[in-house]
Amino acid sequence: MNGIDTGDTAWMLAATALVVMMTPALGLFYAGLVRSKNTLNTFMMCVAALGVTVVSWALIGYSLAFSEGNAIIGGFDHALLNGVGFEPVEGQTIPQLLFFAFQGSFCVITAALVSGAVVERMRFGPFMAFITLWSVLVYPVLAHWVFGGGWLADLGTLDFAGGVPVEMGSGFSALAAALIVGARKDYGRQALLPHNAVYVLLGAGLLWFGWFGFNGGSGLSAGDSGVLAFTNTFLCPAATLVVWFTLDLVRGGKVTAIGAATAIIVGCVAITPAGGFVSPAWALALGAIAAVPSYALIVWRPRTRVDETLDVLAAHGMAGATGIVFIGLAAQLAWNGTADGLLYGDAAQLGHQLVAALATPAYAFAMTFLLLKLVGALTSLRASAHEEALGMDVTQHGEEAYLTGEGAILLTATPEEADRVTSRAA
Amino acid sequence: MKLVIGIVRPERANEVLEELYRANVRGVSMSRVQGHGGELDRVETYRGTTVRMGLAEKVRFEIAVSEEFVDTTVDALAEGARTGEVGDGKIFVLPLERTVRIRTGETGESAVTPIDGGVAR
Repeated sequence: MNGIDTGDTAWMLAATALVVMMTPALGLFYAGLVRSKNTLNTFMMCVAALGVTVVSWALIGYSLAFSEGNAIIGGFDHALLNGVGFEPVEGQTIPQLLFFAFQGSFCVITAALVSGAVVERMRFGPFMAFITLWSVLVYPVLAHWVFGGGWLADLGTLDFAGGVPVEMGSGFSALAAALIVGARKDYGRQALLPHNAVYVLLGAGLLWFGWFGFNGGSGLSAGDSGVLAFTNTFLCPAATLVVWFTLDLVRGGKVTAIGAATAIIVGCVAITPAGGFVSPAWALALGAIAAVPSYALIVWRPRTRVDETLDVLAAHGMAGATGIVFIGLAAQLAWNGTADGLLYGDAAQLGHQLVAALATPAYAFAMTFLLLKLVGALTSLRASAHEEALGMDVTQHGEEAYLTGEGAILLTATPEEADRVTSRAA
Repeated sequence: MKLVIGIVRPERANEVLEELYRANVRGVSMSRVQGHGGELDRVETYRGTTVRMGLAEKVRFEIAVSEEFVDTTVDALAEGARTGEVGDGKIFVLPLERTVRIRTGETGESAVTPIDGGVAR
């Protein structure tokens, strides 16, 4: 086929599957961080993204991100997957169909990330409505800016795997969502603690595993930049872990498990934009540096009235911004073949990165604010205080995460089962 | 000396603890129990199997108090647990024959009187 490289295609097929796995991994991570009565609802918010945002991506999202348009947003050329087939996009060596799936898996995880701000209180229906709109009007626009030939790409902003659309996009959307949906009813009054730290650690581990596809695939080939990003994804979170351990020790005298899980995410996020642009040594440095602002924000945020429940802003918004700005300092032409940062003689690159670090939060915050106001005008975003007290699993889904599986009274079974019972009675 | 038992909704357990704390009642045991008090049943569905959860989750408080604390304890339990809906729970007050504080061997009223100033480590 025209310009297709089978090696690149093979890697990108695997990378796409790895990224798809990140969304249920995030569900596990988030589910462990909430109270047991909200386990399923929290997990289901991520599963919801696997449904609605994949459909919206196929219908219109991909087109708005990656077809010809203006500097802000793409057009409708690829709507309903029109023209997306086995031919590669110009300059690529994989089928466009695969490029579409790979990019779509990014939209899914990003929408799922935002749920961290509203868990334990937002109604499930309005949440699905919100992420459907969000996956059309927020994610594709930000993706277009840096990946689809939009104004940041024209300016020269570098973003390897989604510091702009994924990390800052989700982080600042989460802040807006937390402000509009409001705090949980007992926030700041009672201790609201994670119910299963093992889920949190396992979720973080699976996210890191998936991130090798996320960053390693963002070179869209099995070539140098992908290999660099892959290895940097190995190094950067390790450095974050070490620094996080130290901060935990200094602050509380103990290294914490939930802290370690958070550090893995922060390190993976920080290297996301920078993965294919900085040397492995600088990736280690970035991991160490990125721990500090995110750690500070995580310590400070719960003392405020903002119940951004699972700290999406600290772990993704802050660490994503750190990574984006870091490119402007440490990018190295010798490693990336594209551009140098300030430390290697090009101060302008830092300027391009700072523009992205300011424009992205502004758009993500404002648009999410508007979309939630819109959904909120049509229906109540929140469960009632009583439902919140009972737990979102029972009230939103009619299921519970931790049952013994017996002791309940059978009402209706499958039709065959019901028949069997009736015939026996007769 | 009385043993006050309160069986309340799990979602009100935190409110009850707050009320008890405010009423200066220390020394509380809490356990999760399952029970039925005539409230409406909860219906859940798993893969096409619809079931009625016959027993509801409840939290059981057990508090041993001296005579002067009986009323405040009962009031605190009721205040924290009440929602006005069926299923708010029950409070039972039972006479206590004997109490021993294991650490010191103290018995009777002094065994249910909290010690000041101790912080658990």
